[in-house]
Amino acid sequence: MSLRIPCPNCGARSVHEFVHGEIRRAPEHLTDPDERNLDLAFMHDNPEGPVTERWFHAQGCRRWFEVRRDTTTDRIVEPGES
Amino acid sequence: MNEFVERQMKLTWRPPKKAYDVVIVGAGGHGLATAYYLATRHGITNVGVFERGYIGSGNSGRNTTIIRANYGIPAAVRFYQRSVDLYRGLEEETGRWLMHQEKGILWMAHSEAAARTERMRAKLNTEFGAETEFVGPRRVQELCPQLDLDGGGRWPVLGASYHPQGATARHDRVVWALAEGAMERGVDVHQNLPVEGLILEGDRVAGVRTAAGDIAAGVVVSAVGGHVSRLAAMAGVRLPIRTHRLQAFVTNHYRQQFGPIVASSELFFYASQTARGEMLLGAEVDPQPSFSYRSSHDFVQQVCRRALYLLPFMSGLRVLRQWTGVCDMSPDYSPILGPTGVDGFCITTGWGTWGFKAIPAGGEQMAKLIATGEVPELIAPFGLDRFARDRTMADRASAGTH
Repeated sequence: MSLRIPCPNCGARSVHEFVHGEIRRAPEHLTDPDERNLDLAFMHDNPEGPVTERWFHAQGCRRWFEVRRDTTTDRIVEPGES
Repeated sequence: MNEFVERQMKLTWRPPKKAYDVVIVGAGGHGLATAYYLATRHGITNVGVFERGYIGSGNSGRNTTIIRANYGIPAAVRFYQRSVDLYRGLEEETGRWLMHQEKGILWMAHSEAAARTERMRAKLNTEFGAETEFVGPRRVQELCPQLDLDGGGRWPVLGASYHPQGATARHDRVVWALAEGAMERGVDVHQNLPVEGLILEGDRVAGVRTAAGDIAAGVVVSAVGGHVSRLAAMAGVRLPIRTHRLQAFVTNHYRQQFGPIVASSELFFYASQTARGEMLLGAEVDPQPSFSYRSSHDFVQQVCRRALYLLPFMSGLRVLRQWTGVCDMSPDYSPILGPTGVDGFCITTGWGTWGFKAIPAGGEQMAKLIATGEVPELIAPFGLDRFARDRTMADRASAGTH
Protein backbone atom coordinates (compact mmCIF):
# COMPACT_ATOMS: atom_id res chain seq x y z
CA MET A 1 0.00 0.00 0.00
CA SER A 2 1.42 3.30 -0.94
CA LEU A 3 1.34 6.38 1.20
CA ARG A 4 -1.95 8.27 0.92
CA ILE A 5 -1.99 11.98 1.61
CA PRO A 6 -5.15 13.41 3.18
CA CYS A 7 -6.05 16.40 1.02
CA PRO A 8 -8.56 18.57 2.92
CA ASN A 9 -10.37 19.19 -0.34
CA CYS A 10 -10.26 15.85 -2.17
CA GLY A 11 -9.76 13.29 0.59
CA ALA A 12 -6.96 10.74 0.85
CA ARG A 13 -5.18 10.19 -2.47
CA SER A 14 -2.01 8.41 -3.59
CA VAL A 15 1.22 10.24 -2.84
CA HIS A 16 1.97 10.32 -6.59
CA GLU A 17 -0.63 13.06 -7.07
CA PHE A 18 1.24 15.39 -4.73
CA VAL A 19 4.39 17.47 -4.59
CA HIS A 20 6.23 17.49 -1.29
CA GLY A 21 7.02 20.88 0.18
CA GLU A 22 8.48 21.75 3.49
CA ILE A 23 8.57 24.49 6.03
CA ARG A 24 12.02 26.09 5.96
CA ARG A 25 13.40 27.88 8.98
CA ALA A 26 16.97 28.70 9.89
CA PRO A 27 17.75 27.90 13.54
CA GLU A 28 17.50 30.76 16.04
CA HIS A 29 21.15 30.62 17.02
CA LEU A 30 22.27 31.61 13.53
CA THR A 31 22.27 35.40 13.67
CA ASP A 32 24.71 36.28 10.92
CA PRO A 33 22.63 37.08 7.79
CA ASP A 34 25.02 35.19 5.47
CA GLU A 35 24.87 32.12 7.66
CA ARG A 36 21.08 32.33 7.79
CA ASN A 37 20.86 32.58 4.02
CA LEU A 38 23.25 29.67 3.54
CA ASP A 39 21.18 27.63 5.94
CA LEU A 40 17.91 28.52 4.23
CA ALA A 41 19.34 27.70 0.82
CA PHE A 42 20.97 24.37 1.58
CA MET A 43 20.74 23.01 5.12
CA HIS A 44 18.08 20.69 6.51
CA ASP A 45 17.05 19.56 9.96
CA ASN A 46 16.33 16.15 8.43
CA PRO A 47 14.12 15.35 11.43
CA GLU A 48 13.34 11.83 12.59
CA GLY A 49 9.79 11.56 13.93
CA PRO A 50 6.55 13.49 13.42
CA VAL A 51 6.91 16.61 11.28
CA THR A 52 4.54 19.24 9.95
CA GLU A 53 5.09 19.68 6.25
CA ARG A 54 3.40 21.25 3.26
CA TRP A 55 2.01 19.25 0.36
CA PHE A 56 0.71 20.50 -2.97
CA HIS A 57 -2.05 18.58 -4.66
CA ALA A 58 -0.52 18.96 -8.13
CA GLN A 59 -2.76 16.45 -9.92
CA GLY A 60 -5.90 17.40 -8.03
CA CYS A 61 -7.28 20.60 -6.59
CA ARG A 62 -3.88 22.35 -6.77
CA ARG A 63 -4.01 23.57 -3.21
CA TRP A 64 -1.23 23.79 -0.64
CA PHE A 65 -2.02 22.40 2.78
CA GLU A 66 -0.28 21.11 5.89
CA VAL A 67 0.05 17.49 6.94
CA ARG A 68 1.62 15.81 9.97
CA ARG A 69 3.71 12.80 8.97
CA ASP A 70 6.10 10.60 10.92
CA THR A 71 9.36 10.28 8.96
CA THR A 72 10.46 7.18 10.86
CA THR A 73 7.38 5.19 9.80
CA ASP A 74 6.29 7.23 6.76
CA ARG A 75 2.72 7.26 8.05
CA ILE A 76 0.32 10.16 8.43
CA VAL A 77 -0.14 11.33 12.01
CA GLU A 78 -3.88 11.72 12.58
CA PRO A 79 -5.03 14.84 14.44
CA GLY A 80 -5.19 13.96 18.12
CA GLU A 81 -2.14 11.69 17.91
CA SER A 82 1.07 13.31 19.17
CA MET B 1 30.43 -25.32 6.41
CA ASN B 2 31.85 -23.36 3.53
CA GLU B 3 35.20 -21.70 3.29
CA PHE B 4 33.72 -18.22 3.54
CA VAL B 5 32.02 -18.90 6.88
CA GLU B 6 35.06 -20.72 8.27
CA ARG B 7 37.25 -17.69 7.67
CA GLN B 8 34.85 -15.38 9.50
CA MET B 9 35.05 -17.60 12.57
CA LYS B 10 38.77 -17.01 12.93
CA LEU B 11 38.28 -13.26 13.35
CA THR B 12 39.07 -11.83 16.76
CA TRP B 13 36.28 -9.86 18.40
CA ARG B 14 37.72 -7.82 21.27
CA PRO B 15 35.86 -5.65 23.78
CA PRO B 16 36.22 -1.94 23.01
CA LYS B 17 39.35 -0.14 24.24
CA LYS B 18 39.07 3.05 26.30
CA ALA B 19 40.71 5.05 23.54
CA TYR B 20 41.44 4.79 19.83
CA ASP B 21 43.43 6.94 17.46
CA VAL B 22 40.50 6.79 15.06
CA VAL B 23 36.87 5.99 15.85
CA ILE B 24 34.66 5.25 12.86
CA VAL B 25 30.90 5.37 13.34
CA GLY B 26 29.18 2.85 11.10
CA ALA B 27 30.48 -0.49 9.81
CA GLY B 28 29.06 -0.23 6.34
CA GLY B 29 31.07 -0.09 3.16
CA HIS B 30 32.48 3.38 3.67
CA GLY B 31 33.33 2.96 7.36
CA LEU B 32 35.03 -0.39 6.80
CA ALA B 33 36.85 0.81 3.69
CA THR B 34 38.21 3.75 5.65
CA ALA B 35 39.44 1.34 8.36
CA TYR B 36 40.83 -1.04 5.74
CA TYR B 37 42.83 1.63 3.91
CA LEU B 38 44.03 3.19 7.19
CA ALA B 39 45.43 -0.23 8.14
CA THR B 40 46.80 -1.30 4.75
CA ARG B 41 48.05 1.98 3.29
CA HIS B 42 49.02 3.98 6.34
CA GLY B 43 49.75 1.38 9.04
CA ILE B 44 47.17 3.01 11.36
CA THR B 45 45.56 0.09 13.19
CA ASN B 46 44.50 1.59 16.52
CA VAL B 47 41.07 2.03 14.98
CA GLY B 48 37.64 1.19 16.41
CA VAL B 49 34.63 0.79 14.11
CA PHE B 50 31.26 1.02 15.93
CA GLU B 51 28.14 -0.39 14.36
CA ARG B 52 24.63 -0.28 15.79
CA GLY B 53 23.53 -3.41 13.90
CA TYR B 54 25.74 -5.96 12.22
CA ILE B 55 28.38 -5.43 9.53
CA GLY B 56 26.78 -4.17 6.36
CA SER B 57 23.28 -4.15 7.88
CA GLY B 58 22.43 -0.66 6.69
CA ASN B 59 22.45 0.59 3.14
CA SER B 60 25.51 -1.46 2.18
CA GLY B 61 23.11 -4.40 2.21
CA ARG B 62 20.22 -2.54 0.60
CA ASN B 63 21.56 -1.23 -2.68
CA THR B 64 21.73 -2.56 -6.22
CA THR B 65 25.53 -3.12 -6.26
CA ILE B 66 26.27 -1.25 -9.47
CA ILE B 67 29.81 -0.01 -10.05
CA ARG B 68 30.43 2.60 -12.75
CA ALA B 69 32.21 5.89 -13.37
CA ASN B 70 30.15 7.49 -16.16
CA TYR B 71 29.28 10.65 -14.25
CA GLY B 72 28.55 14.12 -15.53
CA ILE B 73 31.22 16.43 -14.12
CA PRO B 74 35.02 16.07 -14.35
CA ALA B 75 35.68 15.83 -10.59
CA ALA B 76 33.08 13.07 -10.23
CA VAL B 77 34.30 11.09 -13.25
CA ARG B 78 37.86 11.11 -11.85
CA PHE B 79 36.70 10.11 -8.38
CA TYR B 80 34.42 7.27 -9.49
CA GLN B 81 36.99 6.02 -12.00
CA ARG B 82 39.41 5.69 -9.10
CA SER B 83 36.77 3.56 -7.40
CA VAL B 84 36.21 1.43 -10.50
CA ASP B 85 39.99 0.83 -10.69
CA LEU B 86 40.23 -0.08 -7.00
CA TYR B 87 37.27 -2.47 -7.30
CA ARG B 88 38.99 -4.21 -10.22
CA GLY B 89 41.98 -4.99 -8.03
CA LEU B 90 40.11 -5.63 -4.79
CA GLU B 91 39.64 -9.38 -5.22
CA GLU B 92 43.34 -9.92 -5.79
CA GLU B 93 44.31 -7.51 -3.04
CA THR B 94 42.05 -8.99 -0.35
CA GLY B 95 42.27 -12.55 -1.61
CA ARG B 96 38.49 -12.77 -1.42
CA TRP B 97 36.04 -13.58 -4.17
CA LEU B 98 33.73 -10.59 -4.35
CA MET B 99 31.75 -11.85 -7.36
CA HIS B 100 32.97 -8.74 -9.15
CA GLN B 101 31.82 -8.95 -12.73
CA GLU B 102 32.30 -6.41 -15.49
CA LYS B 103 29.16 -6.34 -17.60
CA GLY B 104 29.14 -2.93 -19.17
CA ILE B 105 26.34 -0.44 -18.74
CA LEU B 106 24.09 0.86 -21.50
CA TRP B 107 22.48 4.21 -20.79
CA MET B 108 19.72 4.53 -23.33
CA ALA B 109 18.40 7.60 -25.11
CA HIS B 110 14.83 7.73 -26.42
CA SER B 111 14.85 11.23 -27.87
CA GLU B 112 17.22 13.44 -29.86
CA ALA B 113 17.80 15.58 -26.79
CA ALA B 114 18.73 12.57 -24.70
CA ALA B 115 20.98 11.23 -27.46
CA ARG B 116 22.81 14.55 -27.48
CA THR B 117 23.22 14.34 -23.71
CA GLU B 118 24.59 10.79 -23.91
CA ARG B 119 27.01 11.79 -26.70
CA MET B 120 28.26 14.64 -24.55
CA ARG B 121 28.55 12.37 -21.57
CA ALA B 122 30.55 9.79 -23.57
CA LYS B 123 33.02 12.49 -24.64
CA LEU B 124 33.36 13.95 -21.17
CA ASN B 125 33.79 10.53 -19.54
CA THR B 126 36.45 9.44 -22.00
CA GLU B 127 38.29 12.73 -21.61
CA PHE B 128 38.51 12.31 -17.84
CA GLY B 129 39.44 8.65 -17.80
CA ALA B 130 36.18 6.66 -17.78
CA GLU B 131 36.00 4.84 -21.09
CA THR B 132 32.55 5.46 -22.63
CA GLU B 133 31.32 5.54 -26.21
CA PHE B 134 28.06 6.43 -27.88
CA VAL B 135 26.65 3.45 -29.75
CA GLY B 136 23.80 3.22 -32.21
CA PRO B 137 20.74 0.94 -32.03
CA ARG B 138 22.40 -1.93 -33.91
CA ARG B 139 25.26 -2.15 -31.41
CA VAL B 140 22.78 -1.78 -28.53
CA GLN B 141 20.91 -4.80 -29.86
CA GLU B 142 24.12 -6.83 -30.13
CA LEU B 143 25.02 -6.00 -26.55
CA CYS B 144 21.54 -6.71 -25.25
CA PRO B 145 19.39 -8.86 -27.56
CA GLN B 146 16.44 -8.83 -25.14
CA LEU B 147 15.82 -5.10 -25.55
CA ASP B 148 12.84 -4.02 -27.65
CA LEU B 149 14.38 -1.21 -29.68
CA ASP B 150 10.92 0.15 -30.49
CA GLY B 151 10.31 0.68 -26.80
CA GLY B 152 6.74 -0.51 -27.13
CA GLY B 153 6.23 2.19 -29.76
CA ARG B 154 6.64 4.97 -27.22
CA TRP B 155 10.26 4.87 -26.08
CA PRO B 156 12.37 3.95 -29.13
CA VAL B 157 16.07 3.36 -28.45
CA LEU B 158 17.95 5.91 -30.57
CA GLY B 159 21.28 4.93 -29.10
CA ALA B 160 23.06 4.62 -25.80
CA SER B 161 26.23 5.60 -24.08
CA TYR B 162 28.14 2.40 -23.39
CA HIS B 163 30.50 2.22 -20.43
CA PRO B 164 32.20 -1.21 -20.68
CA GLN B 165 33.72 -1.05 -17.19
CA GLY B 166 30.29 -0.95 -15.59
CA ALA B 167 30.20 -3.83 -13.11
CA THR B 168 28.44 -5.43 -10.20
CA ALA B 169 29.82 -7.11 -7.08
CA ARG B 170 28.31 -8.99 -4.18
CA HIS B 171 27.60 -6.41 -1.46
CA ASP B 172 28.07 -8.57 1.65
CA ARG B 173 31.30 -10.06 0.33
CA VAL B 174 32.64 -6.55 -0.23
CA VAL B 175 31.91 -5.37 3.32
CA TRP B 176 33.20 -8.60 4.87
CA ALA B 177 36.39 -8.59 2.80
CA LEU B 178 37.09 -5.07 4.01
CA ALA B 179 36.18 -5.94 7.61
CA GLU B 180 38.42 -9.02 7.54
CA GLY B 181 41.30 -7.15 5.93
CA ALA B 182 41.09 -4.45 8.60
CA MET B 183 40.60 -6.83 11.55
CA GLU B 184 43.49 -9.07 10.53
CA ARG B 185 45.71 -6.03 10.89
CA GLY B 186 44.45 -5.10 14.35
CA VAL B 187 41.41 -2.91 13.74
CA ASP B 188 38.52 -3.52 16.18
CA VAL B 189 35.01 -3.82 14.80
CA HIS B 190 32.21 -3.64 17.37
CA GLN B 191 28.83 -4.87 16.21
CA ASN B 192 25.57 -4.14 18.04
CA LEU B 193 27.19 -1.22 19.83
CA PRO B 194 25.51 2.02 18.76
CA VAL B 195 27.22 5.35 19.23
CA GLU B 196 24.81 7.30 21.41
CA GLY B 197 26.60 10.61 21.55
CA LEU B 198 29.75 12.58 20.90
CA ILE B 199 32.14 13.75 23.62
CA LEU B 200 32.97 17.41 23.17
CA GLU B 201 35.98 19.12 24.70
CA GLY B 202 35.52 22.79 24.07
CA ASP B 203 34.97 23.07 20.32
CA ARG B 204 36.61 19.74 19.64
CA VAL B 205 35.14 16.27 19.26
CA ALA B 206 37.18 14.05 21.59
CA GLY B 207 35.34 10.74 21.51
CA VAL B 208 32.05 8.89 21.44
CA ARG B 209 29.51 7.68 24.00
CA THR B 210 28.39 4.07 23.75
CA ALA B 211 26.56 1.57 25.95
CA ALA B 212 30.02 0.16 26.73
CA GLY B 213 31.19 3.48 28.11
CA ASP B 214 32.94 6.56 26.79
CA ILE B 215 35.58 5.98 24.13
CA ALA B 216 38.23 8.63 23.58
CA ALA B 217 39.32 9.27 20.00
CA GLY B 218 41.98 11.25 18.21
CA VAL B 219 39.53 11.70 15.41
CA VAL B 220 35.91 10.63 14.94
CA VAL B 221 34.77 9.77 11.43
CA SER B 222 31.06 9.60 10.69
CA ALA B 223 30.40 6.95 8.07
CA VAL B 224 26.76 6.80 9.12
CA GLY B 225 24.05 6.21 6.58
CA GLY B 226 20.56 7.45 7.32
CA HIS B 227 20.97 9.07 10.71
CA VAL B 228 23.94 11.29 9.94
CA SER B 229 22.12 14.58 10.52
CA ARG B 230 21.44 13.55 14.12
CA LEU B 231 25.08 12.60 14.75
CA ALA B 232 26.43 15.75 13.10
CA ALA B 233 24.03 17.92 15.13
CA MET B 234 25.70 16.60 18.29
CA ALA B 235 28.87 18.33 17.10
CA GLY B 236 26.92 21.44 16.10
CA VAL B 237 27.31 20.69 12.39
CA ARG B 238 24.35 21.39 10.09
CA LEU B 239 24.20 19.25 6.97
CA PRO B 240 22.50 19.83 3.61
CA ILE B 241 21.16 16.29 3.75
CA ARG B 242 17.67 14.94 3.39
CA THR B 243 17.07 11.23 3.81
CA HIS B 244 14.80 9.51 1.29
CA ARG B 245 13.86 5.90 0.75
CA LEU B 246 15.06 4.03 -2.30
CA GLN B 247 13.37 0.82 -3.26
CA ALA B 248 14.43 -2.06 -5.47
CA PHE B 249 13.20 -5.55 -6.24
CA VAL B 250 14.18 -8.78 -7.96
CA THR B 251 12.12 -11.15 -10.07
CA ASN B 252 12.35 -14.89 -10.13
CA HIS B 253 15.02 -16.65 -12.17
CA TYR B 254 15.33 -15.66 -15.81
CA ARG B 255 16.74 -18.57 -17.77
CA GLN B 256 18.68 -16.66 -20.38
CA GLN B 257 21.77 -14.66 -19.72
CA PHE B 258 21.09 -10.95 -19.57
CA GLY B 259 24.49 -9.41 -20.29
CA PRO B 260 24.80 -5.72 -19.48
CA ILE B 261 23.29 -3.35 -16.99
CA VAL B 262 20.69 -1.22 -18.77
CA ALA B 263 19.49 2.18 -17.65
CA SER B 264 17.18 4.84 -18.99
CA SER B 265 17.04 8.29 -17.47
CA GLU B 266 13.93 9.18 -19.46
CA LEU B 267 12.01 6.13 -18.28
CA PHE B 268 13.62 6.28 -14.82
CA PHE B 269 14.62 2.71 -14.21
CA TYR B 270 17.62 0.44 -14.47
CA ALA B 271 17.94 -3.33 -14.65
CA SER B 272 20.61 -5.97 -14.35
CA GLN B 273 20.76 -9.68 -13.75
CA THR B 274 22.03 -10.99 -10.41
CA ALA B 275 24.38 -13.95 -10.11
CA ARG B 276 21.34 -16.09 -9.23
CA GLY B 277 19.72 -15.16 -12.54
CA GLU B 278 17.11 -12.86 -11.03
CA MET B 279 16.33 -9.61 -12.81
CA LEU B 280 17.07 -6.72 -10.47
CA LEU B 281 15.20 -3.46 -10.98
CA GLY B 282 15.60 -0.08 -9.39
CA ALA B 283 14.36 3.42 -10.01
CA GLU B 284 14.21 6.81 -8.35
CA VAL B 285 14.00 7.68 -4.65
CA ASP B 286 10.63 8.30 -3.03
CA PRO B 287 9.68 11.99 -3.17
CA GLN B 288 9.14 12.57 0.55
CA PRO B 289 11.95 12.38 3.16
CA SER B 290 11.69 9.24 5.24
CA PHE B 291 13.77 6.89 7.38
CA SER B 292 11.37 4.00 6.99
CA TYR B 293 12.43 0.69 5.47
CA ARG B 294 8.86 0.02 4.34
CA SER B 295 8.42 -1.00 0.70
CA SER B 296 5.36 -0.17 -1.34
CA HIS B 297 3.38 -1.97 -3.98
CA ASP B 298 2.95 1.08 -6.17
CA PHE B 299 6.72 1.22 -6.63
CA VAL B 300 6.77 -2.27 -8.15
CA GLN B 301 3.76 -1.41 -10.25
CA GLN B 302 5.31 1.76 -11.67
CA VAL B 303 8.74 0.32 -12.34
CA CYS B 304 7.30 -2.77 -14.02
CA ARG B 305 5.18 -0.59 -16.27
CA ARG B 306 8.24 1.40 -17.36
CA ALA B 307 10.54 -1.60 -17.69
CA LEU B 308 8.08 -3.48 -19.92
CA TYR B 309 8.37 -0.87 -22.67
CA LEU B 310 11.99 -1.91 -23.20
CA LEU B 311 12.14 -5.40 -21.72
CA PRO B 312 8.85 -7.04 -22.75
CA PHE B 313 10.17 -10.51 -21.85
CA MET B 314 9.81 -9.53 -18.22
CA SER B 315 6.03 -9.84 -18.42
CA GLY B 316 6.60 -13.58 -17.93
CA LEU B 317 8.53 -13.08 -14.70
CA ARG B 318 7.25 -12.62 -11.16
CA VAL B 319 8.42 -10.37 -8.39
CA LEU B 320 10.25 -12.39 -5.79
CA ARG B 321 11.63 -9.95 -3.27
CA GLN B 322 11.51 -6.23 -2.59
CA TRP B 323 13.54 -4.08 -0.24
CA THR B 324 14.24 -0.51 0.78
CA GLY B 325 17.29 1.46 1.78
CA VAL B 326 17.53 5.03 2.93
CA CYS B 327 19.60 7.51 0.95
CA ASP B 328 21.24 10.65 2.28
CA MET B 329 20.55 13.01 -0.59
CA SER B 330 22.72 16.09 -0.99
CA PRO B 331 21.28 19.11 -2.82
CA ASP B 332 23.74 18.78 -5.73
CA TYR B 333 23.66 14.97 -6.00
CA SER B 334 27.36 14.68 -5.14
CA PRO B 335 28.89 13.18 -2.00
CA ILE B 336 30.10 15.21 0.96
CA LEU B 337 33.36 14.03 2.44
CA GLY B 338 36.20 15.54 4.40
CA PRO B 339 36.54 17.80 7.43
CA THR B 340 33.45 19.40 8.98
CA GLY B 341 34.97 22.56 10.38
CA VAL B 342 34.85 20.99 13.86
CA ASP B 343 38.21 19.71 15.11
CA GLY B 344 38.43 15.96 15.43
CA PHE B 345 35.28 15.30 13.39
CA CYS B 346 35.33 14.16 9.76
CA ILE B 347 32.42 13.05 7.70
CA THR B 348 31.64 10.88 4.72
CA THR B 349 28.02 11.27 3.73
CA GLY B 350 25.71 12.45 0.99
CA TRP B 351 26.12 9.04 -0.63
CA GLY B 352 22.55 9.23 -1.89
CA THR B 353 22.07 6.52 -4.44
CA TRP B 354 25.75 6.33 -5.46
CA GLY B 355 27.40 4.96 -2.31
CA PHE B 356 28.21 1.36 -3.19
CA LYS B 357 30.25 2.14 -6.29
CA ALA B 358 32.30 4.65 -4.28
CA ILE B 359 33.23 2.37 -1.38
CA PRO B 360 36.93 1.78 -2.17
CA ALA B 361 37.72 5.30 -3.37
CA GLY B 362 35.73 6.92 -0.57
CA GLY B 363 37.53 4.80 2.02
CA GLU B 364 40.93 5.28 0.44
CA GLN B 365 40.59 9.06 0.31
CA MET B 366 39.17 9.36 3.84
CA ALA B 367 42.06 7.24 5.12
CA LYS B 368 44.50 9.51 3.33
CA LEU B 369 42.81 12.56 4.85
CA ILE B 370 43.06 11.14 8.36
CA ALA B 371 46.63 9.88 7.96
CA THR B 372 48.05 13.04 6.41
CA GLY B 373 45.74 15.67 7.90
CA GLU B 374 45.38 17.20 4.46
CA VAL B 375 42.41 16.99 2.12
CA PRO B 376 43.44 14.82 -0.85
CA GLU B 377 43.12 16.47 -4.24
CA LEU B 378 40.63 13.88 -5.51
CA ILE B 379 38.00 14.76 -2.90
CA ALA B 380 38.79 18.44 -2.36
CA PRO B 381 35.84 19.53 -4.56
CA PHE B 382 33.45 17.45 -2.43
CA GLY B 383 33.98 19.16 0.93
CA LEU B 384 31.10 20.34 3.10
CA ASP B 385 32.38 23.90 2.72
CA ARG B 386 31.50 23.95 -0.99
CA PHE B 387 27.97 25.19 -0.21
CA ALA B 388 29.22 28.25 1.64
CA ARG B 389 31.77 28.87 -1.12
CA ASP B 390 29.05 28.63 -3.77
CA ARG B 391 30.87 25.78 -5.50
CA THR B 392 28.20 23.10 -5.64
CA MET B 393 28.94 20.00 -7.72
CA ALA B 394 25.65 19.63 -9.54
CA ASP B 395 25.42 16.18 -11.13
CA ARG B 396 21.79 15.19 -10.91
CA ALA B 397 21.44 13.50 -14.27
CA SER B 398 24.26 11.05 -13.57
CA ALA B 399 22.60 9.68 -10.46
CA GLY B 400 19.91 8.17 -12.67
CA THR B 401 17.71 7.87 -9.63
CA HIS B 402 15.90 11.13 -9.26
